[in-house]
Amino acid sequence: MPELPEFETSRRGVLAVGAGGAVVASTPAIAAPSAVTRGAVPSSQVAFRVNGKAQALRLDPRTTLLDALREHLHLTGTKKGCDHGQCGACTVIVNGQRINSCLSLALQHEGDEITTIEGLGTPDNLHPMQAAFVKHDGFQCGYCTPGQICSAVGVLDEIRQGIPSHVQADISQAPQVTNMELRERMSGNICRCGAYSNIAEAMAEVAGAKA
Amino acid sequence: MKFETPAQTNPIDRLKVVGQAHDRIDGPLKTSGLATYAYEHHREVPNVAYGYVVGSAVGKGRIKSLGLDEARRAPGVVTIVTAQDAGPLGKGDRNTAKLLGGPEVDHYHQAVAVVVAETFEQARAAAALVRVDYERGDGRFDLDELLKTAPLTGGDSQEGSGSSPEHRVGKFEEAFGAAPVKLDQRYTTPDQSHAMMEPHATIAAWQGDELTLWTSNQMIAWNKADMAKTLGIPKEKVRLISPYVGGGFGGKLFLRADALMAALAARAAKRPVKLALQRPLMANNTTHRPATRQRVRIGATKDGTITAIAHESGSGDLENGGPETAVNQTELLYAGANRLTSMRLAVLDLPEGNAMRAPGEAPGMMALEIAIDEMAEQLGMDPIAFRIKNDTQVDPKTPTRKFSERNLIRCMQEGAERFGWDKRRAKPAQVRDGRWLVGMGVAAAFRNHVSRPSGARVRLGRDGVVTVESDMTDIGTGSYTIMAQTAAEMMGLPLDKVVVKLGDSSFPASAGSGGQWGAANATSGVYAACVKLREAVAQRLGFNAADVAFEDGQVRSGNRALPLTQAAQDGELLGEDRIEFGKLGKTFQQSTFGAHFVEVGVDAYTGVTRVRRMLAVCAAGRILNPQTARSQVIGAMTMGVGGALMEELAVDTRFGFFVNHDLAGYEVPVHADIPHQEVIFLDEADATANPLKAKGVGELGLCGVGAAVANAIYNATGVRVRDYPITLEKHLERLPSIA
Repeated sequence: MPELPEFETSRRGVLAVGAGGAVVASTPAIAAPSAVTRGAVPSSQVAFRVNGKAQALRLDPRTTLLDALREHLHLTGTKKGCDHGQCGACTVIVNGQRINSCLSLALQHEGDEITTIEGLGTPDNLHPMQAAFVKHDGFQCGYCTPGQICSAVGVLDEIRQGIPSHVQADISQAPQVTNMELRERMSGNICRCGAYSNIAEAMAEVAGAKA
Repeated sequence: MKFETPAQTNPIDRLKVVGQAHDRIDGPLKTSGLATYAYEHHREVPNVAYGYVVGSAVGKGRIKSLGLDEARRAPGVVTIVTAQDAGPLGKGDRNTAKLLGGPEVDHYHQAVAVVVAETFEQARAAAALVRVDYERGDGRFDLDELLKTAPLTGGDSQEGSGSSPEHRVGKFEEAFGAAPVKLDQRYTTPDQSHAMMEPHATIAAWQGDELTLWTSNQMIAWNKADMAKTLGIPKEKVRLISPYVGGGFGGKLFLRADALMAALAARAAKRPVKLALQRPLMANNTTHRPATRQRVRIGATKDGTITAIAHESGSGDLENGGPETAVNQTELLYAGANRLTSMRLAVLDLPEGNAMRAPGEAPGMMALEIAIDEMAEQLGMDPIAFRIKNDTQVDPKTPTRKFSERNLIRCMQEGAERFGWDKRRAKPAQVRDGRWLVGMGVAAAFRNHVSRPSGARVRLGRDGVVTVESDMTDIGTGSYTIMAQTAAEMMGLPLDKVVVKLGDSSFPASAGSGGQWGAANATSGVYAACVKLREAVAQRLGFNAADVAFEDGQVRSGNRALPLTQAAQDGELLGEDRIEFGKLGKTFQQSTFGAHFVEVGVDAYTGVTRVRRMLAVCAAGRILNPQTARSQVIGAMTMGVGGALMEELAVDTRFGFFVNHDLAGYEVPVHADIPHQEVIFLDEADATANPLKAKGVGELGLCGVGAAVANAIYNATGVRVRDYPITLEKHLERLPSIA
């Protein structure tokens, strides 16, 4: 097979440099091709708590927190919509903060406290936000829903903590639970079914505000 | 059950459960993360290997050589499948392009290999080591250029929207030439991507020669057949399971590469394989809504009577593909003695164009309903009054053929009142709110109703619970809930005594989810099955089936009443049937109607448009569950805002691909873009449609929204933009002066 030499070297170059700790993607280093070895997959240990339960996993270091949850712990409530931090379907709460779990590696979470949708509530004992989503029909296909709910819980907490946002008129004042404030803060969670109007109402109800 | 004459009074008309707003019965599972989507059936399928699809790097060409050695040696790799070793493959009846490319490549990101490894990380890394040497071919990628010589081509979306190459009534050219008031304008709509949240995903497992697929698909029966045909195996050997579908919008109507590549990979790996199309592959690997170039001509008398109307559209698709049927609604929506519609189809080597939510009408109405707005302005008429003046209660081509129900005028009038349309200033660019130029727009909504056969099985268990089984899918549409409501109404039970099982090809074949036909037809299938079950119950209890009533858990006849559960105490009872349709859909034109109202603000300084208010009024037969139906409509309105303001697959006409192929580049509406939305359903029941007297709303809600936004922008700014999406650079320089 005819190789594509420039592509070959640049890929390895970036990898080699990357391993050294400094990535300079625009100037690929020239490295001699080395045989890829079969079999040996490096793995590392990580321990964290998920929904209050201690978990210890040995993982390929490339494993994202999202895939650790879904593929290793079989907590598939956390969804993979894009794997690139563009859609928010993978939102979970780590140490009280919402994050895109596809954008962090599992190994970065040693000792962390992770809450997923399964940890918020169960069908028989729904979290108030989950119940409000059902009541206001804040979802359709349901795929972005766990991320929306985790994000919604996070948003109300951020407003309580006084964390400012882009749409706040005066960032020196405490943010208020307004419709625009909720919508702005939720905009990292895409819902292609278009349940936004209902989600805003569900969140407003939980926050005790008007949508 | 064959539905051949208009429905009479039947048990559904009690409307104790049907027609009532109910929370989704699948809501607690979906909101707690326990609903299992295609990639998530780890309990049913242990020991899976992971697949990762490699997409073609050229838009058109030929694979000269494949270098797989390095990938094969990569850690964890189980197998690699390409066209070289996949064995002979057919093509599904509903696919235009083959799903596995090689040696010929038909479009960019067409699958050319699947790499299977022990873990996702290994499969992904090894996929990056697959070396494909292409010979790039000359592709046809420029729609505008190719439409210059494209032939007239008819087509049918298979979703209730079809048109002949050229459709004429009267003498359009003469009448248009003679009309005292004329409009002749061109409009463009871009390629759009479904961009559903759940990627196409499948787990495939072989047991001997039998294949089971846990997949994400709207049309189970179609895809069972097309998978069998592609693999060259009997249909009976294929089973599809798709209990939850994370959005489709037409993008999951057909067999796609995730399912085929998983099946081939699992066969080669000799163990189950799961894979999902990676997000950046989806826009080019799968289907999209094709771009259109449209021309609308309207001629009218000075009092606003349309005398001539023409709508022509051009679109492109791969060889043997079809046109975007953007002119269909113009045959039916407005009166006018002289009419012309036509379509041209260019052959393009871009990815496969196909159905996306309201194929045909969605882009067609985006153009037509701007044209109507423009014409009304020329005539000095209110755009609602102009539409009302040109309403028709019959098919303009065949005046003896009536619409079964047509309440467009009421939608317009009630919407106008609710929205405060009287406050709209007819002259554009008159209203300011701080930095915002404010305007209102309206558009009609129109979409045909489609009747399709649909089957279901209902069981009455010893515990008194009724279980509904059907291969129907719930893609967010509320199928679980409305099918449960139907069975509950028919059997005289509360909703919590009904269980619904969907999306399994071992259940009776249903209408499936597409063309806004799902709700009306799938529930009619449940109705038919319940009629059978009621007969079985009556017989078991010794009643005369003709005069029994099922209510409050009791079966009554005259002054005799027995509990329903008694019928099943000696064993489960079963009813199975399917609804089939006679000619009522031909005798009558069955369509759905609505009116969309939008208020926008356009930033006087930056040209950015923000939607401030939205209202839809819909007349679509009986609304089975106002809560889930409303969600369908607000979701469609949201997609309409996307089409109006931001959605566009950018075509690289040099190399032949959609450039912005992920959710960062292909912009869809987010929370901040969408205000509170209002929906009103007119009280309507269409007895010609089916026993439920229901039609669809899921696509109606999209048709016209884009134009209503565009018309509102014009009303705000006085600048008419006819090329979607209406992004700020298209009107910024022409906006009213700021001072």
